[in-house]
Amino acid sequence: MIGGLFIYNHKGEVLISRVYRDDIGRNAVDAFRVNVIHARQQVRSPVTNIARTSFFHVKRSNIWLAAVTKQNVNATMVFEFLYKMCDVMAAYFGKISEENVKNNFVLIYELLDEILDFGYPQNSETGALKTFITQQGIKSQHHTKEEQTQITSQVTGQIGWRREGIKYRRNELFLDVLESVNLLMSPQGQVLSAHVSGRVAMKSYLSGMPECKFGMNDKIVIDKQGKTGSSEDAAKSGKQSIAIDDCTFHQCVRLSKFDAERSISFIPPDGDYELMRYRTTKDIILPFRVIPLVREVGRTKLEVKVVIKSNFKSSLLAQKIEVRIPTPLNTSGVQVICMKGKAKYKASENAIVWKVKRMAGMKESQISAEIELLPTNDKKKWARPPISMNFEVPFAPSGLKVRYLKVFEPKLNYSDHDVIKWVRYIGRSGIYETRC
Amino acid sequence: MPAVSKGDGMRGLAVFISDIRNCKSKEAEIKRINKELANIRSKFKGDKALDGYSKKKYVCKLLFIFLLGHDIDFGHMEAVNLLSSNKYTEKQIGYLFISVLVNSNSELIRLINNAIKNDLSSRNPTFMCLALHCIANVGSREMAEAFASEIPRILVAGDTMDSVKQSAALCLLRLYKTSPDLVLMGEWTSRVVHLLNDQHMGVVTAAISLITCLSQKNPDEFKTCVSLAVSRLSRIVSSASTDLQDYTYYFVPAPWLSCKLLRLLQCYPPPEDGAVKGRLVECLETILNKAQEPPKSKKVQHSNAKNAILFEAISLIIHYDSEPNLLVRACNQLGQFLQHRETNLRYLALESMCTLASSEFSHEAVKTHIETVINALKTERDVSVRQRAADLLYAMCDRSNAKQIVAEMLSYLETADYSIREEMVLKVAILAEKYAVDYSWYVDTILNLIRIAGDYVSEEVWYRVIQIVINRDDVQGYAAKTVFEALQAPACHENMVKVGGYILGEFGNLIAGDPRSSPLVQFNLLHSKFHLCSVPTRALLLSAYIKFINLFPETKATIQEVLRCDSQIRNSDVELQQRAVEYLKLSSIASTDVLATVLEEMPPFPERESSILAKLKKKKGPGAVSVTELDDSKREGGELNGGGDRGPDTAAMSASNASTPSPSADLLGIRSAAPVGAAPPSAGSLLVDVFSEAGPAAPSAAVNDDGFLSSAPPSEDPATLLSEADELLNKFVCKNNGVLFENQLLQIGIKSEYRQNLGRMYLFYGNKTSVQFASFTTTVSCPGELQSHILSVHKCLETDLQLPSRRLASDLGGSILIC
Repeated sequence: MIGGLFIYNHKGEVLISRVYRDDIGRNAVDAFRVNVIHARQQVRSPVTNIARTSFFHVKRSNIWLAAVTKQNVNATMVFEFLYKMCDVMAAYFGKISEENVKNNFVLIYELLDEILDFGYPQNSETGALKTFITQQGIKSQHHTKEEQTQITSQVTGQIGWRREGIKYRRNELFLDVLESVNLLMSPQGQVLSAHVSGRVAMKSYLSGMPECKFGMNDKIVIDKQGKTGSSEDAAKSGKQSIAIDDCTFHQCVRLSKFDAERSISFIPPDGDYELMRYRTTKDIILPFRVIPLVREVGRTKLEVKVVIKSNFKSSLLAQKIEVRIPTPLNTSGVQVICMKGKAKYKASENAIVWKVKRMAGMKESQISAEIELLPTNDKKKWARPPISMNFEVPFAPSGLKVRYLKVFEPKLNYSDHDVIKWVRYIGRSGIYETRC
Repeated sequence: MPAVSKGDGMRGLAVFISDIRNCKSKEAEIKRINKELANIRSKFKGDKALDGYSKKKYVCKLLFIFLLGHDIDFGHMEAVNLLSSNKYTEKQIGYLFISVLVNSNSELIRLINNAIKNDLSSRNPTFMCLALHCIANVGSREMAEAFASEIPRILVAGDTMDSVKQSAALCLLRLYKTSPDLVLMGEWTSRVVHLLNDQHMGVVTAAISLITCLSQKNPDEFKTCVSLAVSRLSRIVSSASTDLQDYTYYFVPAPWLSCKLLRLLQCYPPPEDGAVKGRLVECLETILNKAQEPPKSKKVQHSNAKNAILFEAISLIIHYDSEPNLLVRACNQLGQFLQHRETNLRYLALESMCTLASSEFSHEAVKTHIETVINALKTERDVSVRQRAADLLYAMCDRSNAKQIVAEMLSYLETADYSIREEMVLKVAILAEKYAVDYSWYVDTILNLIRIAGDYVSEEVWYRVIQIVINRDDVQGYAAKTVFEALQAPACHENMVKVGGYILGEFGNLIAGDPRSSPLVQFNLLHSKFHLCSVPTRALLLSAYIKFINLFPETKATIQEVLRCDSQIRNSDVELQQRAVEYLKLSSIASTDVLATVLEEMPPFPERESSILAKLKKKKGPGAVSVTELDDSKREGGELNGGGDRGPDTAAMSASNASTPSPSADLLGIRSAAPVGAAPPSAGSLLVDVFSEAGPAAPSAAVNDDGFLSSAPPSEDPATLLSEADELLNKFVCKNNGVLFENQLLQIGIKSEYRQNLGRMYLFYGNKTSVQFASFTTTVSCPGELQSHILSVHKCLETDLQLPSRRLASDLGGSILIC
């Protein structure tokens, strides 16, 4: 279990220090600073063992969060907790920065007391926390007295994530399918590795204790339903079904029901939450294709031509496209010509960065650059790092589709049809690289 | 260095450095550096030529980036260009870059060497200095190859500026240290010596470092420096503190130069020329006088400088070791330091006194400080100082104060640091032995030593006490009594049990008359410790028991009972089991006469160098124990007792060769597992068989050699050889090594050792003629049964001039040898 939690700024000064167990002393704070933050070589492992003590750290901008333990804990649990902690802090005071941490240190200690007890993670649901941890920055006026008196029975009850007696004039539901697509492609256009990691984020403003049912075009779910329903229906939808490799759910989802019937049913928390996370590796729609062409002209010159092709319906528009073409370490000058967007040589990053605001599907665009090199003593050949890309597209590259999201509230008199539902797909690039 | 004008301060560099320092994270720093590197690359690439200033600025930035830990793979060319600039600052930065980032890139090295050559031949002293510094800083072999011949020329040229001479001397020193083979002696060497007469003190200081280093390798070539150094030293020493303005450090004239001069003189024996010697003695006296004067300043630097000279002077006096007057004065001076409140001074004083104590002139003078030193040993807080005090006590010890010193060291041992305990134990043991007039005192001391610091008492120490007790009749009774008393302590150290077992086994009869230490009491006392001891000690105790049977027949039944019990006779340890079985049989079969012969008292040990001393030498490393000390020990050792190199057990074996061949000699052996006497005769004859087969094979092989035969007298018939050898062979029944065969041509020695079921034999062939043997071969033939048990035959040939010796070792299988 977690023995202590420390937050450092970029210099390694301690901003927050909370020790839960006696086996962690104050010197652990310094050990992490000396061995990780001030280490000579960059520390790449998120888990560091110093003197039989394990340090798990995550970094948010310039802030280090480190969980410390002397026991053999489940590392993924600790990281899950740290990420959750980041989410909670972000929900309370926005960006995690040194300034914000310093301004909210009382709040952070209060949160730490609540979400960790003797090192065991507790309820870290932001919605629930916000009802009883109401430091500055939280509008507390709409939490009535009775709500606060109810909180004990709520968090200790069966449905700890939702309180009773919520009422909305308009019952609304927002559903976002957010995906990030990762790719590594050979110069010849062969896919070396690709996967999509996606999540379904929801925002619900529903009255009472509604029972929701979520359906998507997952192969297993559809196959399962195919048996019970008409076979014709299964064949029709089976065409577009996708194979999900693995997924995790929010605690509100009834796992027993999912195991038995492959149906996702749940009583949603109020407000923002993440319903599920999933990963697919098959039949991924790659939104962009990058075709690099690098030619070395003598020892002092390099010619680079990069073509990008958009590979989706022409009615859709991709946004925030950015192509990063690495340059050799002995670059002394760069000339760039591009038809579309803006391109610039960024010396501090050793790369040419080409930005295009918008691009429709089934189009192509190209950039060419001439790179001048300085002859060096080093006989080492340039390693040719891959060309990477960033973008945002309005569909899910995994092919996931929401088939339905039904809401039942038997006690209150509103039906599924009265609920206003919004569905949105956003596909982003993760690590999207093409070798050159 | 010429002052850098304001305009030369590189603003761009300052901005860059402050940018880097303001970076909030590693990533930000790397970004800033990448940007700067790209900028520099584009500047260096640019078609228009850069002016010297910007080149210098960018090279400086590159240097800074390199020092931050990033790789720099360009800019060398620009740096080399800077070398040819006429501006000091640009040249300086160029040289700096080269000396930090030089790599053995052939084309650049050529350019760099060219630039350095140009600067060396220029008339500008600052440029010459820069070039020399660069050579010294790089100091590589390539640099030495290129410039080793040039620098001596600059050094001795008449028109070279003083500052350049200084640099040249130090540069040459550096090259000489890295590649001495490239710096060739020549006619410049004699002129270098004359630099000691230079007007400029800086030059002298630099030159003397070089001369000291050179003269250590070729003392003869630089002999002339002695008189020059003496005269230079006397000029400095006699000068008032104001004379050498720039070279006076806190009222001490030229302290570094003085120290170096004194150290140079330590490379040579005392000057033979009377005048020179007189002058030197005068100097040393002046230095000692000055130490008595009240300090001219309260500053610590003043006393440090003064003491540095003083200590160098004292070590020179000790080195000469010929001026009793000076030695005594030095000793008195050091005696004052012994009580100084500065710890470092006390340490140095103790250290120097240690060497003084070994000089015959000052030994007495050192002895007067014994109280202070003992006090230092007790009260000093720093362990290193205490160590020195212990060393000094050891060095100053002689017959007159041995008792006091040994007593003090013993009492200190109880509280001594663990790190120095073993060494202290060895020292106490050596001193006790060396200066023992009264052997009861010696025995008391060593037993005390074992009692206080048993864990640190090495094998050698207790071997030694047993050797001495056995060799001295007068002390045996006392030893037995003391050991008996010591063993009565409820918890005593294993080493004490070993000594006790051995001594009571040998001399228990001497105290058996007293009813308080009757044989049975003695035995019960020993046996009460038996179960707490390790295997080797138990083995020793078993041997002591069998000796008891011989000494006191009335204990026979008790001891046989002990031997017969399962824990002995079926012990899992082979050695213990074997001893129990054999001793039990021996005691029940053999008559009292046989027992008395077999278990006879140990014969005296032959006299040899003390093994403890050898151990101490090994521990402290060569040079730590001075030569005089060793001579001392030999002298003392002669009048006292010699000892075996190894433990008494192995020594006993060789002892038995000289005296009556008593089979009991090995019975008390602790580690050698094959008591030959106890082995059944069949094993003995088998052994002989091996010899008789191996023996003649070798000489006949030697005889086969044609070249050798022609000049040698006709060789004997192998058959007669054999019969002659048989006589020699018989003695191997009770001996493990000796001469197997000998004639005018050849000597064959054998050495064998047996451990449990394995045996190893060495055959040594000695060439007794003055000519070399050629194609010398030996074959080993064995009777069938034994053949299968020869595990391996190693052959090794050591050609030792005309004496080829051959070692042949064979490991024999277990069933053949009853061991």
